Amino acid sequence: MIRTEEMLLNVGPQHPSTHGVFRLVVKIDGEIITEAKPVIGYLHRGTEKLAENLQYTQIIPYTDRMDYLSAMTNNYVICHAVETMMGIQIPDRAEYLRVLAMELGRIASHLVAWGTYVLDLGATSPFIYAFRDREMIINMLNELSGARLTFNYMRVGGVKWDAPEGWIDRVRDFVPYMREQLKGYHDLVSGNEIFLDRVKGVGRYTKEEALQYSLSGPNLRSTGVKWDLRKDEPYSIYDRFDFDVPTSDEGDCLARYHLRLQEITESLKIVEQAVQQFPAEGEIMAKVPKIIKVPKGEGFVRIESPRGEIGCYIYSDGKKEPYRLKFRRPSFYNLQILPKLLVGENIANLIAILGAVDIVLGEVDG
Amino acid sequence: MIQDLLQSSPGLVNFGIFFLLGVILLLVVLGFVTYGILAERKVMGYMQLRHGPNQLGGRFGLLQTVADVLKLLLKEDVIPKAADRPLFILAPIIAFAPSFMVLATLPFTDKFQFADIGVGLLYYISISGLTVFGMLLGGWASNNKYALLGGMRAAAQMISYEIPLVMSVLGVILLAGSLNLNDIVMQQKHGWFILLQPIGFIVFFIASIAELNRTPFDLPESENELVAGYFVEYAGFRWAFFMLSEYVYVFGMSTLITVIFLGGWLAPFAFLSFIPGAVWFALKFCLVVFVYFWIRSTLPRFRVDKLMEFGWKVLLPIALANIFLTAVIKSLFF
Repeated sequence: MIRTEEMLLNVGPQHPSTHGVFRLVVKIDGEIITEAKPVIGYLHRGTEKLAENLQYTQIIPYTDRMDYLSAMTNNYVICHAVETMMGIQIPDRAEYLRVLAMELGRIASHLVAWGTYVLDLGATSPFIYAFRDREMIINMLNELSGARLTFNYMRVGGVKWDAPEGWIDRVRDFVPYMREQLKGYHDLVSGNEIFLDRVKGVGRYTKEEALQYSLSGPNLRSTGVKWDLRKDEPYSIYDRFDFDVPTSDEGDCLARYHLRLQEITESLKIVEQAVQQFPAEGEIMAKVPKIIKVPKGEGFVRIESPRGEIGCYIYSDGKKEPYRLKFRRPSFYNLQILPKLLVGENIANLIAILGAVDIVLGEVDG
Repeated sequence: MIQDLLQSSPGLVNFGIFFLLGVILLLVVLGFVTYGILAERKVMGYMQLRHGPNQLGGRFGLLQTVADVLKLLLKEDVIPKAADRPLFILAPIIAFAPSFMVLATLPFTDKFQFADIGVGLLYYISISGLTVFGMLLGGWASNNKYALLGGMRAAAQMISYEIPLVMSVLGVILLAGSLNLNDIVMQQKHGWFILLQPIGFIVFFIASIAELNRTPFDLPESENELVAGYFVEYAGFRWAFFMLSEYVYVFGMSTLITVIFLGGWLAPFAFLSFIPGAVWFALKFCLVVFVYFWIRSTLPRFRVDKLMEFGWKVLLPIALANIFLTAVIKSLFF
């Protein structure tokens, strides 16, 4: 008696390509996926609940652990929310340090995305090249903040430490170096036939679907929506820089891959200009009260993290802790489209599609 | 020398010598596996800005593989409860025995060849095809979903790529007029077959990577999708058997390419023939092995459906066209 039955396959939580503790329950027919169900929460730490019992400065280290690949943007979003609600003016030098830190962080984050994506597709070497260059950024941010990943660098009203001597020069030297390396990345991977075979036309979705699923970041821009909060709702000092927002109309994995590399180029432009305009001296902290009390009311800010729109909502009843604090975590929202994309694809494409969404599990689980 | 032994009357002395030569070959192969693995790790290390093994056995990590093998020997022998026990035990042996059997017909020099049989090339290809049973059985017997997928992929891939592999050497066979590996080498006195059969060589080389399950054709064990593929449940020395057979095949396939395309032990130019054939053989052999390592550290992996398409729709037609072209040229000019 011959019969066929669907196989239930657990991808993860212990799996090399899920980028953390992420589990996908897929039903497969041969190697074709008929149903996929993401299971999340293995890394849930209840950041939002914990924040309700913490003072605003104490919350900042917790945000480092959300999107641990670009902790600077997370630092910024909580500080920015508090500053907006309190109406604090930030000194220029602090703003420049923040922008430099965030953009370097964005480059580092996209480098990891690039390296691990190509590693997921089976090429081992590019991953190590990406990490070599990321290491230089990490070292620079380490000099700035004293930590390699969980920086805890920004404070309400400014930044914790001033740039050490010669730091600006090192950042300036890094820009041409990184541009040269990017060419090498394209030579090594972007034109490779095997690579193109695996990503071109894979995991395609339309503009409407992207908007319905509330995608953001490169995942949204890959469908042709030109939406980048640095341009469209300029925060900090982003209106002082000249940069483009790369978009693509393809909406497939290859488009997302290219957008991330192009965003590195754009971030390098910002870093270059920020280094040029960097004020020679000045305060790095605004005058803020010793104990930060946000005035009664609610506020929401959103900024552009490497993964998309990261938002912070605060409801304050005038105490030194927030009454309720909520983060809009872009990875979590970007992940929602995954079950839809996976149906009808084969197992090899699963990895390609999941990698192109570029999730960080710390952020998905909160 | 070995041929004389085979033809002489069976006696204890003759048997002893023959046995000893076999042991020598075994040691050579195991030595290759030991240092081939180290070389691969070193080559990949330098290509990836790392050092590779550099702790055990001096600064070049000369004893690293030995230590790894010892570790594997000492590991607990785990057989999953739900596995099909006899098949699970049998699978690594089935995978690994043919890898040593193929070595018999390979001519390393004009003297050092164990079985100079008429259909040497055919023997190699047919015996090496047996290994896929081991992989498939291993994947099936593990009773693991990832292993099953890996085993199925292995079977599909090996069968698909065996056909272009055979078809691509037909051009060489046409030119050499023999299936005997010794004859094929002697036919290359005036020009290696890589020059006369460039298309055949490229097809053969690509198909051979697929046969060896190496990147970019390492789908059966694709780490990022299937974790480890068909041997995901294997541990300790059973796992080592799979690994051993893989590297012995690298040895065998590199030897085969050297023999049929690179002129075996022959010197590239006549005036260089004072250097012994074994040296030439070793040089060419190392070159082929290096290219395998190089490709591994550079390329990403094929997707499984594209792999099939590539094998059937690209490699096979090219190989067939090559046979046709060779036949036409041979009948017109030779």
